[in-house]
Amino acid sequence: MTFVFLVVILALIWAAVTGSFTLLNLLLGGAVSALAVMFIRDRVDQPYFLRRMGRIISLGALFFYELALSAWRVAVLVCRPNMHGQLRPAIFAFPLTVQSDQEITLLSNLLTLTPGTLGLDVSEDKKYLYVHALEYRDEEEMIANIRDGFEARIREVFEQ
Amino acid sequence: MIVEALFYLAGILLIIGALFSLVAVIGILRLPDLYTRIHAASKAGTVGSGLAFLAIALVSFDTAVILRAFVGIVFFMLTAPISAHLLSRAAYMAGYKPYDGTVYNVLEGKGGNSTKL
Amino acid sequence: MSGAEFLFHATTVSLALMTLALLLAMYRIIAGPSLPDRILGLEMLIGIVIGYIVVIALRTGLTLYLDIAIGLGLVGFLSTVAFARFVLQRWQISQTAAEDTRPEARK
Repeated sequence: MTFVFLVVILALIWAAVTGSFTLLNLLLGGAVSALAVMFIRDRVDQPYFLRRMGRIISLGALFFYELALSAWRVAVLVCRPNMHGQLRPAIFAFPLTVQSDQEITLLSNLLTLTPGTLGLDVSEDKKYLYVHALEYRDEEEMIANIRDGFEARIREVFEQ
Repeated sequence: MIVEALFYLAGILLIIGALFSLVAVIGILRLPDLYTRIHAASKAGTVGSGLAFLAIALVSFDTAVILRAFVGIVFFMLTAPISAHLLSRAAYMAGYKPYDGTVYNVLEGKGGNSTKL
Repeated sequence: MSGAEFLFHATTVSLALMTLALLLAMYRIIAGPSLPDRILGLEMLIGIVIGYIVVIALRTGLTLYLDIAIGLGLVGFLSTVAFARFVLQRWQISQTAAEDTRPEARK
Protein backbone atom coordinates (compact mmCIF):
# COMPACT_ATOMS: atom_id res chain seq x y z
CA MET A 1 0.00 0.00 0.00
CA THR A 2 2.68 2.49 1.09
CA PHE A 3 4.87 1.12 -1.68
CA VAL A 4 2.33 1.91 -4.41
CA PHE A 5 1.65 5.33 -2.92
CA LEU A 6 5.32 6.26 -2.91
CA VAL A 7 5.85 4.99 -6.47
CA VAL A 8 2.93 7.06 -7.78
CA ILE A 9 4.16 10.22 -6.00
CA LEU A 10 7.70 9.73 -7.23
CA ALA A 11 6.52 9.05 -10.80
CA LEU A 12 4.55 12.31 -10.75
CA ILE A 13 7.61 14.20 -9.48
CA TRP A 14 9.64 12.56 -12.25
CA ALA A 15 7.14 13.75 -14.85
CA ALA A 16 7.21 17.26 -13.38
CA VAL A 17 11.01 17.41 -13.45
CA THR A 18 11.35 16.12 -16.99
CA GLY A 19 8.48 18.38 -18.05
CA SER A 20 6.31 15.95 -20.06
CA PHE A 21 3.26 14.05 -18.88
CA THR A 22 3.13 11.45 -21.70
CA LEU A 23 2.21 7.88 -20.81
CA LEU A 24 5.62 6.52 -21.75
CA ASN A 25 7.42 9.05 -19.59
CA LEU A 26 5.12 8.29 -16.64
CA LEU A 27 5.83 4.57 -17.05
CA LEU A 28 9.56 5.23 -17.15
CA GLY A 29 9.24 7.38 -14.04
CA GLY A 30 7.26 4.61 -12.34
CA ALA A 31 9.94 2.05 -13.20
CA VAL A 32 12.71 4.24 -11.84
CA SER A 33 10.80 5.02 -8.64
CA ALA A 34 9.89 1.37 -8.11
CA LEU A 35 13.59 0.55 -8.35
CA ALA A 36 14.46 3.34 -5.92
CA VAL A 37 11.78 2.34 -3.41
CA MET A 38 12.94 -1.29 -3.60
CA PHE A 39 16.26 -0.21 -2.12
CA ILE A 40 14.66 1.39 0.92
CA ARG A 41 11.69 -0.98 1.26
CA ASP A 42 12.42 -2.26 4.78
CA ARG A 43 12.35 1.36 6.03
CA VAL A 44 9.24 2.22 4.05
CA ASP A 45 7.16 -0.90 4.54
CA GLN A 46 6.44 -0.23 8.19
CA PRO A 47 2.73 0.40 8.77
CA TYR A 48 3.22 3.73 10.54
CA PHE A 49 5.20 5.29 7.73
CA LEU A 50 2.38 7.48 6.44
CA ARG A 51 1.29 8.54 9.91
CA ARG A 52 4.87 9.47 10.66
CA MET A 53 4.94 11.82 7.68
CA GLY A 54 2.90 14.30 9.71
CA ARG A 55 5.45 14.24 12.53
CA ILE A 56 8.32 14.57 10.07
CA ILE A 57 6.67 17.65 8.58
CA SER A 58 6.14 19.15 12.03
CA LEU A 59 9.81 18.52 12.86
CA GLY A 60 10.75 20.22 9.58
CA ALA A 61 8.58 23.24 10.39
CA LEU A 62 10.18 23.58 13.84
CA PHE A 63 13.58 23.31 12.21
CA PHE A 64 13.00 26.10 9.69
CA TYR A 65 11.65 28.36 12.40
CA GLU A 66 14.69 27.72 14.60
CA LEU A 67 17.06 28.19 11.67
CA ALA A 68 15.64 31.63 10.88
CA LEU A 69 15.77 32.58 14.56
CA SER A 70 19.34 31.35 14.91
CA ALA A 71 20.64 33.16 11.82
CA TRP A 72 19.00 36.33 13.13
CA ARG A 73 20.55 35.93 16.59
CA VAL A 74 24.02 35.34 15.18
CA ALA A 75 23.58 38.38 12.93
CA VAL A 76 22.54 40.59 15.85
CA LEU A 77 25.36 39.27 18.04
CA VAL A 78 28.01 39.83 15.40
CA CYS A 79 26.89 43.37 14.57
CA ARG A 80 26.89 44.46 18.20
CA PRO A 81 29.71 46.81 19.18
CA ASN A 82 30.18 45.17 22.59
CA MET A 83 30.17 41.65 21.14
CA HIS A 84 32.90 40.38 23.46
CA GLY A 85 30.84 41.27 26.53
CA GLN A 86 27.88 39.32 25.19
CA LEU A 87 29.87 36.28 24.13
CA ARG A 88 30.12 33.38 26.58
CA PRO A 89 31.31 30.35 24.63
CA ALA A 90 31.40 26.98 26.39
CA ILE A 91 31.54 23.27 25.68
CA PHE A 92 29.07 21.25 27.70
CA ALA A 93 27.87 17.64 27.73
CA PHE A 94 24.29 16.93 26.76
CA PRO A 95 23.00 13.60 28.15
CA LEU A 96 21.41 11.72 25.24
CA THR A 97 18.20 9.80 25.72
CA VAL A 98 17.90 8.79 22.07
CA GLN A 99 20.03 5.74 21.36
CA SER A 100 20.27 4.80 17.70
CA ASP A 101 22.93 6.24 15.40
CA GLN A 102 20.37 7.79 13.05
CA GLU A 103 18.67 9.70 15.83
CA ILE A 104 21.95 11.00 17.23
CA THR A 105 23.08 12.07 13.76
CA LEU A 106 19.82 13.86 13.10
CA LEU A 107 19.87 15.56 16.50
CA SER A 108 23.45 16.72 16.08
CA ASN A 109 22.78 18.07 12.57
CA LEU A 110 19.68 19.93 13.68
CA LEU A 111 21.49 21.35 16.70
CA THR A 112 24.25 22.74 14.53
CA LEU A 113 21.79 24.84 12.58
CA THR A 114 19.91 26.17 15.60
CA PRO A 115 20.53 29.05 18.01
CA GLY A 116 23.96 29.14 19.55
CA THR A 117 24.75 25.42 19.54
CA LEU A 118 27.20 23.30 17.56
CA GLY A 119 27.47 19.52 17.85
CA LEU A 120 31.14 18.84 18.53
CA ASP A 121 31.50 15.17 19.40
CA VAL A 122 29.74 12.10 20.78
CA SER A 123 31.22 10.24 23.71
CA GLU A 124 32.33 6.69 22.97
CA ASP A 125 29.48 5.01 24.86
CA LYS A 126 26.93 7.26 23.05
CA LYS A 127 25.71 8.64 26.37
CA TYR A 128 26.72 12.26 25.85
CA LEU A 129 26.73 14.70 23.00
CA TYR A 130 29.36 17.40 23.46
CA VAL A 131 27.91 20.70 22.36
CA HIS A 132 29.68 24.01 21.82
CA ALA A 133 27.44 26.90 22.81
CA LEU A 134 27.87 30.52 21.85
CA GLU A 135 26.00 32.19 24.71
CA TYR A 136 26.27 29.93 27.70
CA ARG A 137 24.20 31.08 30.67
CA ASP A 138 22.62 28.18 32.48
CA GLU A 139 23.45 24.54 31.81
CA GLU A 140 20.13 23.15 33.14
CA GLU A 141 18.14 25.50 30.95
CA MET A 142 20.10 24.76 27.77
CA ILE A 143 19.83 21.00 28.29
CA ALA A 144 16.10 21.27 28.99
CA ASN A 145 15.59 23.33 25.82
CA ILE A 146 17.24 20.72 23.62
CA ARG A 147 15.58 17.79 25.40
CA ASP A 148 12.04 19.15 25.20
CA GLY A 149 12.47 20.65 21.72
CA PHE A 150 14.30 18.64 19.10
CA GLU A 151 15.02 15.45 21.02
CA ALA A 152 11.36 14.93 21.93
CA ARG A 153 10.26 15.51 18.33
CA ILE A 154 12.93 13.17 16.96
CA ARG A 155 11.81 10.44 19.36
CA GLU A 156 8.25 10.88 18.13
CA VAL A 157 9.37 10.51 14.54
CA PHE A 158 11.38 7.35 15.17
CA GLU A 159 9.17 5.55 17.68
CA GLN A 160 7.26 2.54 16.41
CA MET B 1 -0.65 41.48 -9.76
CA ILE B 2 0.49 38.38 -7.86
CA VAL B 3 3.35 37.98 -10.32
CA GLU B 4 4.42 41.55 -9.66
CA ALA B 5 4.33 40.91 -5.89
CA LEU B 6 6.43 37.77 -6.38
CA PHE B 7 9.08 39.81 -8.18
CA TYR B 8 9.26 42.29 -5.30
CA LEU B 9 9.39 39.47 -2.76
CA ALA B 10 12.22 37.74 -4.65
CA GLY B 11 14.20 40.97 -4.80
CA ILE B 12 13.81 41.50 -1.06
CA LEU B 13 14.81 37.89 -0.37
CA LEU B 14 17.93 38.31 -2.51
CA ILE B 15 19.03 41.40 -0.60
CA ILE B 16 18.34 39.78 2.78
CA GLY B 17 20.32 36.71 1.68
CA ALA B 18 23.27 38.83 0.59
CA LEU B 19 23.14 40.69 3.90
CA PHE B 20 23.23 37.39 5.79
CA SER B 21 26.28 36.29 3.77
CA LEU B 22 27.95 39.59 4.64
CA VAL B 23 27.06 39.21 8.32
CA ALA B 24 28.46 35.67 8.31
CA VAL B 25 31.76 36.97 6.96
CA ILE B 26 31.81 39.82 9.49
CA GLY B 27 31.27 37.14 12.13
CA ILE B 28 34.22 35.16 10.81
CA LEU B 29 36.36 38.29 11.04
CA ARG B 30 35.20 39.52 14.45
CA LEU B 31 34.63 36.40 16.53
CA PRO B 32 37.62 35.41 18.68
CA ASP B 33 38.30 31.73 17.93
CA LEU B 34 37.65 28.94 15.44
CA TYR B 35 34.72 27.37 17.26
CA THR B 36 32.73 30.58 17.56
CA ARG B 37 33.53 31.41 13.93
CA ILE B 38 32.10 28.08 12.81
CA HIS B 39 28.80 29.13 14.41
CA ALA B 40 28.61 32.22 12.22
CA ALA B 41 29.65 30.42 9.03
CA SER B 42 27.30 27.46 9.37
CA LYS B 43 24.15 29.37 10.35
CA ALA B 44 24.20 32.72 8.64
CA GLY B 45 26.07 31.34 5.62
CA THR B 46 23.48 28.61 4.96
CA VAL B 47 20.62 31.08 5.26
CA GLY B 48 22.42 33.42 2.86
CA SER B 49 22.68 31.02 -0.06
CA GLY B 50 19.37 29.33 0.85
CA LEU B 51 17.48 32.62 0.43
CA ALA B 52 19.06 33.15 -3.01
CA PHE B 53 17.77 29.71 -4.07
CA LEU B 54 14.34 30.54 -2.65
CA ALA B 55 14.25 33.78 -4.66
CA ILE B 56 14.96 31.99 -7.94
CA ALA B 57 12.29 29.40 -7.11
CA LEU B 58 9.74 32.21 -6.65
CA VAL B 59 10.21 33.94 -10.00
CA SER B 60 11.15 31.15 -12.41
CA PHE B 61 7.59 29.74 -12.98
CA ASP B 62 9.12 26.46 -14.17
CA THR B 63 8.70 23.23 -12.20
CA ALA B 64 12.15 21.94 -13.20
CA VAL B 65 13.83 25.09 -11.88
CA ILE B 66 11.73 25.20 -8.71
CA LEU B 67 12.52 21.58 -7.90
CA ARG B 68 16.19 22.12 -8.60
CA ALA B 69 16.22 25.14 -6.32
CA PHE B 70 14.64 23.11 -3.52
CA VAL B 71 17.11 20.30 -4.12
CA GLY B 72 19.84 22.89 -3.72
CA ILE B 73 18.38 24.21 -0.46
CA VAL B 74 17.96 20.71 1.02
CA PHE B 75 21.46 19.80 -0.09
CA PHE B 76 23.03 22.79 1.69
CA MET B 77 20.98 22.19 4.81
CA LEU B 78 22.28 18.62 4.87
CA THR B 79 25.93 19.37 4.18
CA ALA B 80 26.48 22.58 6.17
CA PRO B 81 26.10 21.03 9.65
CA ILE B 82 28.13 17.98 8.66
CA SER B 83 31.08 19.99 7.44
CA ALA B 84 30.84 22.31 10.46
CA HIS B 85 30.86 19.32 12.79
CA LEU B 86 33.73 17.60 10.96
CA LEU B 87 35.88 20.70 10.95
CA SER B 88 35.27 21.56 14.61
CA ARG B 89 35.85 17.97 15.73
CA ALA B 90 39.03 17.60 13.69
CA ALA B 91 40.35 20.92 14.97
CA TYR B 92 39.54 20.00 18.58
CA MET B 93 41.11 16.57 18.27
CA ALA B 94 44.20 18.07 16.68
CA GLY B 95 44.69 20.29 19.71
CA TYR B 96 43.51 23.71 18.55
CA LYS B 97 42.29 25.12 21.84
CA PRO B 98 39.22 27.30 22.41
CA TYR B 99 40.27 30.82 23.38
CA ASP B 100 40.67 32.00 26.95
CA GLY B 101 37.22 33.58 27.21
CA THR B 102 35.57 30.15 27.08
CA VAL B 103 33.66 29.97 30.35
CA TYR B 104 33.23 26.21 30.71
CA ASN B 105 34.71 23.18 28.95
CA VAL B 106 33.87 19.57 29.81
CA LEU B 107 36.32 18.32 27.20
CA GLU B 108 39.23 20.08 28.92
CA GLY B 109 42.31 17.90 28.69
CA LYS B 110 40.88 15.59 26.06
CA GLY B 111 41.66 15.42 22.37
CA GLY B 112 44.79 17.31 21.43
CA ASN B 113 45.84 17.70 25.04
CA SER B 114 46.05 14.00 25.80
CA THR B 115 48.33 11.58 24.02
CA LYS B 116 45.67 9.30 22.58
CA LEU B 117 42.68 10.22 20.46
CA MET C 1 9.16 50.93 -10.71
CA SER C 2 7.86 47.62 -12.03
CA GLY C 3 8.59 44.30 -10.35
CA ALA C 4 11.08 43.16 -12.98
CA GLU C 5 13.02 46.42 -12.72
CA PHE C 6 13.07 46.17 -8.93
CA LEU C 7 14.36 42.61 -9.17
CA PHE C 8 17.13 43.72 -11.53
CA HIS C 9 18.26 46.45 -9.14
CA ALA C 10 18.02 43.98 -6.25
CA THR C 11 20.41 41.62 -8.06
CA THR C 12 22.84 44.53 -8.55
CA VAL C 13 22.72 45.42 -4.86
CA SER C 14 23.12 41.83 -3.69
CA LEU C 15 26.02 41.26 -6.10
CA ALA C 16 27.76 44.30 -4.62
CA LEU C 17 27.17 43.06 -1.05
CA MET C 18 28.43 39.58 -1.94
CA THR C 19 31.55 41.01 -3.58
CA LEU C 20 32.32 42.82 -0.34
CA ALA C 21 31.71 39.57 1.55
CA LEU C 22 34.07 37.71 -0.82
CA LEU C 23 36.87 40.21 -0.20
CA LEU C 24 36.41 40.00 3.58
CA ALA C 25 36.41 36.18 3.45
CA MET C 26 39.67 36.36 1.51
CA TYR C 27 41.14 38.42 4.35
CA ARG C 28 40.35 35.60 6.76
CA ILE C 29 41.96 33.04 4.45
CA ILE C 30 45.15 35.10 4.15
CA ALA C 31 45.35 36.16 7.79
CA GLY C 32 44.66 32.72 9.28
CA PRO C 33 45.89 32.48 12.00
CA SER C 34 45.53 28.68 12.11
CA LEU C 35 44.93 26.09 9.40
CA PRO C 36 41.29 25.34 10.41
CA ASP C 37 40.56 29.08 10.27
CA ARG C 38 41.74 29.14 6.68
CA ILE C 39 39.65 26.08 5.84
CA LEU C 40 36.63 27.78 7.37
CA GLY C 41 37.34 30.88 5.28
CA LEU C 42 37.50 28.71 2.16
CA GLU C 43 34.20 27.05 3.04
CA MET C 44 32.61 30.45 3.55
CA LEU C 45 34.07 31.64 0.24
CA ILE C 46 32.45 28.73 -1.58
CA GLY C 47 29.14 29.44 0.15
CA ILE C 48 29.22 33.04 -1.02
CA VAL C 49 30.22 32.07 -4.56
CA ILE C 50 27.22 29.73 -4.69
CA GLY C 51 24.96 32.62 -3.73
CA TYR C 52 26.72 34.72 -6.38
CA ILE C 53 26.10 32.12 -9.10
CA VAL C 54 22.42 31.84 -8.16
CA VAL C 55 22.02 35.63 -8.35
CA ILE C 56 23.67 35.64 -11.77
CA ALA C 57 21.34 32.83 -12.88
CA LEU C 58 18.42 35.03 -11.85
CA ARG C 59 19.87 38.10 -13.56
CA THR C 60 20.64 36.46 -16.89
CA GLY C 61 17.75 33.98 -16.91
CA LEU C 62 20.11 31.09 -17.65
CA THR C 63 18.84 28.53 -15.14
CA LEU C 64 21.61 26.13 -16.15
CA TYR C 65 23.68 28.07 -13.60
CA LEU C 66 21.64 26.41 -10.85
CA ASP C 67 23.19 23.04 -11.70
CA ILE C 68 26.60 24.65 -11.57
CA ALA C 69 25.80 26.07 -8.13
CA ILE C 70 24.71 22.65 -6.82
CA GLY C 71 27.83 21.04 -8.30
CA LEU C 72 30.05 23.65 -6.68
CA GLY C 73 28.30 23.01 -3.38
CA LEU C 74 29.13 19.32 -3.66
CA VAL C 75 32.77 20.05 -4.45
CA GLY C 76 32.96 22.50 -1.55
CA PHE C 77 31.51 19.97 0.88
CA LEU C 78 33.90 17.25 -0.24
CA SER C 79 36.87 19.60 0.01
CA THR C 80 35.91 20.53 3.58
CA VAL C 81 35.65 16.84 4.46
CA ALA C 82 39.05 16.17 2.93
CA PHE C 83 40.61 19.15 4.73
CA ALA C 84 39.16 18.00 8.06
CA ARG C 85 40.72 14.57 7.53
CA PHE C 86 43.96 16.29 6.65
CA VAL C 87 43.97 18.34 9.87
CA LEU C 88 43.46 15.17 11.91
CA GLN C 89 46.03 13.09 10.04
CA ARG C 90 48.67 15.77 10.14
CA TRP C 91 48.34 15.89 13.90
CA GLN C 92 48.44 12.08 14.19
CA ILE C 93 51.55 11.90 12.03
CA SER C 94 53.28 14.57 14.11
CA GLN C 95 52.33 12.63 17.29
CA THR C 96 53.74 9.33 16.04
CA ALA C 97 56.87 11.10 14.79
CA ALA C 98 57.39 12.61 18.24
CA GLU C 99 56.90 9.26 19.95
CA ASP C 100 59.09 7.38 17.51
CA THR C 101 62.45 7.09 19.24
CA ARG C 102 64.17 4.76 16.77
CA PRO C 103 67.48 6.26 15.69
CA GLU C 104 66.67 6.05 11.98
CA ALA C 105 63.41 7.98 12.52
CA ARG C 106 65.11 10.83 14.34
CA LYS C 107 66.88 12.25 11.33
